[in-house]
Order: sequence, then structure tokens, then C-alpha cells
Amino acid sequence: MAGPVLEMRSIVKTFPGVKALSDVTLTVRQGEVHAICGENGAGKSTLMKVLSGVHPHGSYEGEILFEGEPCRFRDIRASEHHGIVIIHQELALVPYLSVAENIFLGNEHATRGLINWNDTLRHATELLRRVGLSDHPETRVADIGVGKQQLVEIAKALSKKVKLLILDEPTAALNDEDSGKLLDLILELKKQGITSIIISHKLGEIRRVADSVTIIRDGRSIETLDVKDPGTTEDRIISGMVGRDLDHRFPERTPHHAEEGTAPALEIRDWTVHHPIDQQRKVVDHVSLQVRRGEIVGIAGLMGAGRTELAMSVFGRSYGRYAGGTVLKDGREIRTKSVPEAIGHGIAYVTEDRKHYGLNLIDTVNRNISLTSLAKVARRGVVDEHEERQVAEGFRTSMNIKAPTVFEPVGKLSGGNQQKVVLSKWIFAGPDVLILDEPTRGIDVGAKFEIYTVIDKLAAEGRAVVFISSELPELLGMCDRIYTMAAGRLTGEFSRAEASQEALMRQMTKDEEVTR
Amino acid sequence: MSTDVTARTPAPAPPGKSGDAAPGGLLRLMLDGLRNNMRQYGMLIALGLIVVLFSVWTDGDLLLPRNVSNLVLQNSHILILAIGMMLVIIAGHIDLSVGSLTAFIGAFAAVLTVQHGVAWPVALVLCLLVGAVAGAVQGFMIAYFGIPSFIVTLAGMLIFRGLTEILLEGQTLGPFPAGLEKMGNGFLPETGPNTNYHNLTLLLGIVLIVFTVLQEFRDRRRQQEFSLEVAPRNLFLLKLVAISAAILVVTMLLASYKGAPIVLIILGALVVGYGYVMRNAVFGRHIYAIGGNLPAAKLSGVKDRKVTFYVFLNMGVLAALAGLVVAGRLNAASPKAGLNFELEAIASSFIGGASMSGGVGTVLGAIIGGLVLGVLNNGMNLLSVGTDWQQVIKGLALLVAVGFDVWNKRKSGS
Repeated sequence: MAGPVLEMRSIVKTFPGVKALSDVTLTVRQGEVHAICGENGAGKSTLMKVLSGVHPHGSYEGEILFEGEPCRFRDIRASEHHGIVIIHQELALVPYLSVAENIFLGNEHATRGLINWNDTLRHATELLRRVGLSDHPETRVADIGVGKQQLVEIAKALSKKVKLLILDEPTAALNDEDSGKLLDLILELKKQGITSIIISHKLGEIRRVADSVTIIRDGRSIETLDVKDPGTTEDRIISGMVGRDLDHRFPERTPHHAEEGTAPALEIRDWTVHHPIDQQRKVVDHVSLQVRRGEIVGIAGLMGAGRTELAMSVFGRSYGRYAGGTVLKDGREIRTKSVPEAIGHGIAYVTEDRKHYGLNLIDTVNRNISLTSLAKVARRGVVDEHEERQVAEGFRTSMNIKAPTVFEPVGKLSGGNQQKVVLSKWIFAGPDVLILDEPTRGIDVGAKFEIYTVIDKLAAEGRAVVFISSELPELLGMCDRIYTMAAGRLTGEFSRAEASQEALMRQMTKDEEVTR
Repeated sequence: MSTDVTARTPAPAPPGKSGDAAPGGLLRLMLDGLRNNMRQYGMLIALGLIVVLFSVWTDGDLLLPRNVSNLVLQNSHILILAIGMMLVIIAGHIDLSVGSLTAFIGAFAAVLTVQHGVAWPVALVLCLLVGAVAGAVQGFMIAYFGIPSFIVTLAGMLIFRGLTEILLEGQTLGPFPAGLEKMGNGFLPETGPNTNYHNLTLLLGIVLIVFTVLQEFRDRRRQQEFSLEVAPRNLFLLKLVAISAAILVVTMLLASYKGAPIVLIILGALVVGYGYVMRNAVFGRHIYAIGGNLPAAKLSGVKDRKVTFYVFLNMGVLAALAGLVVAGRLNAASPKAGLNFELEAIASSFIGGASMSGGVGTVLGAIIGGLVLGVLNNGMNLLSVGTDWQQVIKGLALLVAVGFDVWNKRKSGS
């Protein structure tokens, strides 16, 4: 067995207020494919950014040895110089330049500032052949699919004489066929002696390509397992990923029991959505679910499972291309083709990305709260500013929004308080059904508890709540029922009693091969 | 037009201070208010400084009644355009076509009234309608077709300029019937006994003061009804005195010459009306929302396309109005009318606090920005500065105003 090519020892990385990595040790052997596995937010991506110099030497503690030499990378160029290349989840290609131009971007074949096109094209064709692409190197990147773009990224890495290739969730945006091709290529490169680190939470994928897997949880490396070892079952990996205590605190909740005979407040049938650009890809695939009044229903899933896409598509077709399915409210089919229609039917969607989709950061607290329901504080198209201010003051008190006045720009509030403003805005709209997408993302523990309390109260008032989250403990602590999603499909449904972190995670990490 | 100055963000009073504050406290409150509304008051102060400077340099000629009257007449069309442009920029767009459109409407009005003898009120209505259609067509392409506003209105700029020359066959056409001419050049009629002042203008000024004061009191009472905190009483009274004094000074100046220009009355109505819409109407709120964060506005149920469409339709109507005013003042339609008006309107909006990325700005800001440019123009004319240097100085003024804004924002930490 070959010796280690990379050793990362006791890496600690702190951001203001958050410890992203508290103690990570990673050893990668020469010529292997090493998988890194962990929940959303466990610290996988941060670790790779430390390794590739995105977070420069000095901004973290611990040491990195590559090929036995200590590394102090100042930036990405320095790590690439040593043959460490990272391919990010969001591809970093320029869409309107050709494949060849992209491959050699920043590294052009040029003499005295003039590009040598013959060399460029010949070399590009050679690299494309190595990654299994037969497209002409002068094709625009925008004109090839996402799958091929991913391969172009790898060709670009090869052009930099890569020794250690890091792929951050490389198949998250690919369909099954393209994923298969990519995984084959990783194995092919392994034969050529290139070591790879692949971040993934698709367990089937890990079993197929990886030699060993390191599990990271809450910023710590938990263990490294040999994938070929018969003891390394999927259950073994899952228990490593979730082995966290239920140390969060939740309000006392009287579990809801569905009344038989009444129609669910919201029912979604056979909902299917295609990707907005890649029309072949089903982002949401025949999903059916329902939620009753007074009930909190969770949707668990990892990144790319299609939860947000499902919610946004149901809420006024705000994502992707609709490809079938119906929405029923209180047993009757409704139209939700536009956001105003969805709101009119008493549906509210509280986004996971409050800065981009939830708030007008340059506007004030009161105006953000009233935006969706201006009609409630306006007469004949004219807003009564005093009534609006009074409403906002009411929410400032009841939701405990920490802002000097309601005239404070929302952008100046902390994340938790911004989230309270978004919630206030939708509560003021008076919906029957609230779809909450990661309502506690990026906020501190104290504010989380306040938000749980609000959610609990909303359900107690007889509203139906859909609770989308990546944090299993909070779903287990808050929900009456939990659905799991993976790769756009519903993969399981659990009652409060049946649900456990392990059981949920097993359904969340199901990928293509396993489901079939 | 002063009703808007201070009401925008009532200075938040610290608890327990809602009664009479000590004089020192009053000063502190004023400074606080100033700091919180730096952008708003900053430009107002800059305008004041420019006025004072040019008054000194021109030995007081700047503030002679005749010159103040001229200043209003010379800049009214830019101010009208700046109001519409402010809405466009707040919504996150730009309109380059307004200069050509004003020329086109002037030409259209001339063809109607001079060549075909159409009665002027009919021509007025037709012109506003044509402006609305021109704005609506551009708005439709921007909102529903998704063509960037810069492109659509750049095309509009060329098209309307060309159409103007086609309509006028390269000639200047005039004079206009008295009604249209008055719109650009006329003053309120004189009535009543001879008082050395223009009676109707005085009356109008007094009515405006009374109305403003009543409105402010009503607003304050409503705030108290909703048990909201109000500004301390002496700060409130100080504000009333300042507003009243400002209106009175302008009234006296105008009344000691020929009285209030008709276009000033139109402008005043527009400022009050649009200021109200942008502050209090659902439509206005939606404009700020789509400019501030389009995806969030969409997900909040704002019909962004409809709002964009109407913003451009409105710009078309205002451009038509400005076109009539310019044509009336020159008493002729010329193929070269309205040159660079769009740039002056855009500059006014940015000097007055608009942001390139949209979502920010007030109608009053656009007016202040327009007045800064107007006073610079007028003052430099009085000092016989050539147009060459005038352009250089106006360009620098735009740069300094926006530069100050950027610097101020960075200092306060995003």
C-alpha cells in the first residue's frame, strides 16, 4: 500500500463567531480516491478551501503536508502550482468563451502576450480526449451540457499537471448518465496515478469509486474507513454522520393527531419539475405529499435533493419548468401559476435565502413586513403609514425583533432578526399554509429557540406548516411527520415515533442505484 | 412642495423625551436627524451653499425677483423629466429616450395647432396620449419582452429624434396658440387692488402655508392616535416655522415680479402628487421593492412586469408634458429641441440621491438635484461663464455629489 500523499493535521478554522473546523485530521494515500462525507454544514467545503489556499496560510491553525513537504499556500495559484486543483460545485467556466479558451484561461499558450492558437487547439484536443470528450475545442462552453462542462473543468485541471484533484459534490448537478461517465473518468484518472478527493453524500457513489472515506461531523474528523472492508456498511457511514446528541432545545409540543375525514390543508400530487436550463433533468420527480391543519410536516434531504425546488415551484412556479402535478387546498384543486395566486389561496413560502429572495435589505423593517400585504394597511391604493408602523411595532414586540426602531434598514440587523422580519412579513399575510425553508439557517441558538416557538404557535393556531430542513435534530424535535427526499424523489415518510436520525439519513442518501 | 421635506422619516425620539426638550437636547435631536438623513439633507445643504456662493459672486443678482422667476422657467422641463426619471431609476432601469420624445411631442403639437388649426386643449390631450403610448410601447418591450431598458430607450432616442425631423421636415414651426404658449411662459393672472405685490401669488402662498401646517398637525395627531412616538413638540414647531418661512420667502420673491409662473403651479402639483404616490401608494412601494430586490419582490407577490410597464408609461406622459412646456416657452417646435435633456434628467436624479442599482431615491431628491444643476447653470450665465466651462463644472458637480455619497456609505460601514 502506497504512503500518504497528503496529510492535514489538527486543522482549526474560525470565522467571526463560528468555529467551522474544530479539529480535522485527514490522510490521503498516493493514488487513491478518497471520499469525504458529512451533513450539510459539517465543514467539508471549508476544509477543502483551507487545503486549496482559498483560506490562506495563517488564517487557520494546524499543518498541511503535501508529498512530505509542509505547505503554506497564500492563494489558489500557489496550491495549483503544487498540483492541487479544486473543482467547485458551481462551475467556474466563462460561458461565452470556447472550451479551449476556458481550459487555458489564466494559463494561456502565448508568446509575448499573443496567443498561439495552433498549440492551444492541439493541446486542448489532447486533453479533451483524455477526459473522453470528442467535442471541438472551439465550441462555446454555453453550448455544451452541464455534464460535459464538468469534464471540461477536469480537462482544465489536467492542463495544470494535477496531482491531487478535489471534486466538491461533482454529481450534484448531473443526471444519471453524466454522473456515471464522470465517476468512470475518476477511476480512469486513478489508473493514470492521479489522486482524488471527492466530497459526496451519495453513498452508492462512494461505494462505487472510493477506496476510503473520512467522515466529518460538526467540524471534526470522526473516522476514516476502508470502503473495501466488509465492515464498512452504509449504516456504519450513516451512524458516523449523524452521531450527534439532541442537544438543541425545543419548545414543548403537543403532537398533532390528524383528524380523519377532513381534507388536508395542502396536498401536492405527482409534482414534477424540470431544470430551468437542462430540460432533460427532473429536479422534482413525481412528488406527492400532504399536510393537515395544525400539523408540522418536515421535509428532510441533503443538498440537491429538490426540496427548495419543489417548494418554490408549487409557490407560483417560481423555479424551473413545470412538468405536471396538481395542488389541492382543503380538498379542492387550486391554481398556483403565479405568486399572487398562491398567496391568494393562503399559501406562504418563507425562503431559505433571506438576503436574496426574502428581504429588500436597503428598505426598512416596517416596509419589508408590509410588502406582501399592503392591501391590509391601504385604502384605495393608499398606504396608511401610521397603521403600517403600528403593525410593524406589534411584530417588533411579539417576535422580539431587536432593532432600534421599525425604520431601521433590514440590512443592518443580525441574521436571526432578519429571519424574524421575514417570518413577520408572512405571518402578517395571514396564510393557512406556511412553507418554511431552512428557517433557522445561519442564526444562533437563542434565536433558533425563539423561531421554534413561533412555528409551534403557528401550528397551534390551526395553520399547516411544512418545515424544510437539513438539520435532522430540529426536524425530530419539531415535526409531527417527516418526509425524506433524495435526487428529486420522495424516498420515505416517517411518523414522529418512527423517525430517528439514522432512519432518515438512510432514506436521504439513497441514490439512483440503490433505489432501483 | 415642502410638505415632503421632513415628514419622510420622523426623527425617532428616545423614550421619555416626547415632551419639551431642553434647548441643548433640541440641537442634539436636530443633529441626530441630520445624521440619519445625510443623503436627503446633504444635498439640500449643498444647494443652499451653491445659492449663497452665487449670490455673493453675482452681487445678489441671483436672488433678484426677475432672476428667480427666470430660473423656474428655464429649468421646469428638466424638473418634470427628473420626476419621471427618478421613478425609472428607482425601479432599476434607465430611460434615454426622453430628450427625443420631448422634441417629438413639441413637433406633434406644432403640426396639430399650427398646420391643422386644432384647438389647443384638444392638442394638449392628444399630445399627452401620444406620450403615454410611446412610453407604453417601450415599457411593454422592457417589462414583457425582457429587452434591457438601456437598449429599448436608446432605440427610442434615435427613433423619436428621426420622427421629429420627419414631422417638421427640418424646419422650425411656430408660433403656438396662446394657451400652449402660456404653459411655458405665462404667469398667474393679476387681480384685486394694487399692492405692489402679485395678489394671487401671495394668496396662493398663504393657502399653501396654512395647508402645510394643518397637514402636519393632522399627521401628528394621527400618530398619537395610533400611540406611536412623535417628535418632541419644540422640534416639531421649529420644523413648521422653517417650512413656512421657506414658502413665504419664495412667494414674496415671485410676487414682487410678475407672480407665480404657471409652470411652477404644474410642477408643484406634480411634486406633491408624485411624492405622495411614492411614499404612500401601493404602486410607489412596489417600485421601491422591485428596484431594491427584484427576486424578493416577485416572491412577495409584487406584479413586477405590470409595475415596470406603468413606470415607463408614466415617463412617456411626463416627457410629453415637458415637451409641451419647452415648445410653449420657445413658442416654436424645432428639430433640435430637447437635446441632452435625458442626460440632465438622469444627472439630476443621481445628484438627488438615486442609486445605479435601484431601490433608492425620492421625488424631492430629484427636484433638489435638478435645482443644483439649474442654479449652477443660471449662476454661471450671470457670471458670463462660457458653455464650455459650464459643462465641465456640471460634470464635476455630478461626480462630487455621487462620490460623496459613496464615501459616506463606506464610512458608515455598508
